[in-house]
Amino acid sequence: MVNKATIITDPDSLTGKLTWDSIPLHDPVILPVMIAVILGGLALLILITKMGKWQYLWDEWFTSVDHKKIGIMYIIAAIVMLIRGFSDALMMRAQQAFATADSVGAGFLPPEHYDQIFTAHGVIMIFFVAMPLVVGLMNIVVPLQIGARDVAFPFLNSLSFWLFVVGAILINISLFLGEFAATGWLAYPPLSGIEYSPWVGVDYWLWALQISGIGTLLTGVNFFVTILRMRAPGMKLMQMPVFTWTSLCANVLIIASFPILTVTLTLLTLDRYIGTHFFTNDLGGNQMMYVNLIWAWGHPEVYILILPAFGIFSEITATFSRKRLFGYTSLVWATAAIMVLAMVVWLHHFFTMGAGASVNAFFGIATMIISIPTGVKIFNWLFTMYKGRVEFTASMWWTCSFLFTFTIGGMTGVMLAIPAADFVLHNSLFLIAHFHNVIIGGSVFGYFAGMTYWFSKATGFTLDENLGKIACALWTVGFFFAFMPLYILGFNGMTRRLNYYDNPDWAPMLWIAAFGAMIIFAGILVQLYQIYISIRDRNKNRDLTGDPWNGRTLEWTTSSPPPFYNFAIMPKIHDRDEHYYKKEHGIAYEKPDKYAPIHMPKNTWAGIVISGFSLIMGFACIWHIWWMAIFGFVGIVASWIIYSFERNKDYYVQVNEIEKIESAHLADIAEYHPISKAQS
Amino acid sequence: MSNHDQTLDIQHSHGGAAHGSVKEYVTGLIFSIVLTALPFAALMFDLFSAPITLIVILLCAIAQIFVQLIFFLHMNSSSEQLWNTTSAVFIVLIVAILVVGSIWIIEHLNHNMLMGH
Repeated sequence: MVNKATIITDPDSLTGKLTWDSIPLHDPVILPVMIAVILGGLALLILITKMGKWQYLWDEWFTSVDHKKIGIMYIIAAIVMLIRGFSDALMMRAQQAFATADSVGAGFLPPEHYDQIFTAHGVIMIFFVAMPLVVGLMNIVVPLQIGARDVAFPFLNSLSFWLFVVGAILINISLFLGEFAATGWLAYPPLSGIEYSPWVGVDYWLWALQISGIGTLLTGVNFFVTILRMRAPGMKLMQMPVFTWTSLCANVLIIASFPILTVTLTLLTLDRYIGTHFFTNDLGGNQMMYVNLIWAWGHPEVYILILPAFGIFSEITATFSRKRLFGYTSLVWATAAIMVLAMVVWLHHFFTMGAGASVNAFFGIATMIISIPTGVKIFNWLFTMYKGRVEFTASMWWTCSFLFTFTIGGMTGVMLAIPAADFVLHNSLFLIAHFHNVIIGGSVFGYFAGMTYWFSKATGFTLDENLGKIACALWTVGFFFAFMPLYILGFNGMTRRLNYYDNPDWAPMLWIAAFGAMIIFAGILVQLYQIYISIRDRNKNRDLTGDPWNGRTLEWTTSSPPPFYNFAIMPKIHDRDEHYYKKEHGIAYEKPDKYAPIHMPKNTWAGIVISGFSLIMGFACIWHIWWMAIFGFVGIVASWIIYSFERNKDYYVQVNEIEKIESAHLADIAEYHPISKAQS
Repeated sequence: MSNHDQTLDIQHSHGGAAHGSVKEYVTGLIFSIVLTALPFAALMFDLFSAPITLIVILLCAIAQIFVQLIFFLHMNSSSEQLWNTTSAVFIVLIVAILVVGSIWIIEHLNHNMLMGH
């Protein structure tokens, strides 16, 4: 029986569930943040208006379909969200450092607030920090590495980005309006069902993830097609740079796994909104099916995050060891093997849910098998460095720090893959330490390495090297202080997500962990300062040749930043390390006989407008404001139809413009590039 | 002018899909009609015993999938079709893993956790 009164707790037809009480004015932690964000936001808006930059932002950035600009916007958004997600982390560490008590009320965070914080931390760090960093780097680098002028579907790329932004905005609105989910980052039912989470927290979670998840799925399709269909003439699959390979595999995983997330979220949405029982015991539902499905997406997701990082390390190791990458073929096959195995291990996230020995054994062994191709990669990087002329630049620092940090995380992962051990360690802080060990020490260090390595490609100047090394040192030391104690506490029986604990013996370890978090915080501050200093001194650090590291792959043939059309003439590929080959043969910077007009996509309003309507729709659905939801939905469909009828979507860049840009670049090369100097 | 249209032309191409001949479509049509009629006939005229009827229906359904893929979607092992075919095989593999895996897991959970008892 569907009882309507329990489904909708009396929403107003005009304002839904939204009332003045939805604003958490009573909360001493949120209120100052809210005031600061509102004032800061207003200051920013006034500043942009005063400087008259709205037109510039709209024309050059918001409506851009240029993959390089979209990539930069992804990374800026990720950094902003990193600050939010890390604030949550600091609050959790502070809470647990002071929360020795026999009952609720210890520390400064009440349980319902603490629960929202750990949920928001997980959701933000995975979906709104790690994902945009990886997608942003793919955007900036992949088309340049394969010699393409843009991605296959430039408009969809813009739409993907703005849908992701909508998700991020919804999460941030939840801080100041209503609540966020207090369920943990994957929102298991029945806790996330309407009965136990009757207000809007889980709905914020559902709509933020659904909308940004659709953006990610579109990105996956877009880059899959781009890599397969738009490589420069002559580039065989086994000549693709490793980062392109790992991105391809990550995109295959996106295409294969994100539909599962979409469906699972939809089913939970139906459970919450119209009273179905997919995941509640009534009427034959089964909450275990939710856990099964969410991890069938969730496990491939972590490989989506790590595979491109592996690619980044491969590029950096080869470049700064001044050697060809050791074992390219084995690295590619290892990546492909991980891609397939990633789809057959999801049960290891719920060994303890009650499956029998045969099921647990199968998934445990499958999980352990993944460590083999991963181990192959570690040796690939080590042997690339072996007998190389290794240059310890900042990006190489991140790589070396990754090598030993990630190896430790990988080994604790193999421990967790043993079902018998998992029965002890499941949901303990050991698990928390493990996945932070692989996500920070693997993925995040990889993205930072990539940001350092390709920064000049995106902006035209390099990041300050010394500050980069200091940041890397602080992150690494901070990481070990913050998470090694959690391994120990996990063995001692401390479970995750505790608001307070009655065992005072745990407190010292948690103080050490809080200290480690402060060191990581210092690392983040140094990184922000590094970006500031590098922008301030940009004329000193300018990358005039487009090849600051003596790079090996195709992206380094272009200027920094590359012209909007990337390549004036489609490069013909001879070798896996194409740019290195051309430099060796003295054909890297030849002026072509003549240029031809270049066919390019025009900027479009459609991505940001469609996403704007989906923000309205998402917000309205969260608060049950149905007239507004219909308005948003009609807006999405209408603007998409209007966009489809637009004829004027492309244009030709004329030869004289290309010639002007290219001559300026070649003049710079002649003046500044060491190769040209040696030749002249 | 062959190399400058790359960015946008991908949107106007057919992703490697070939257009079949009339002969191909007619062959496909006949195959699919036969494969549809056979299960109906088997059931309506009691041609076989019950278990064999089931197997016939199942085999016809599987054959039908291949007829549709080969004659109507023109999937084959030629080089321009290789990616479509590979993707299809991969997706079938992934879906099979998911479906079989989920059934296996949930069946275990159902048995061990006494759900539905």
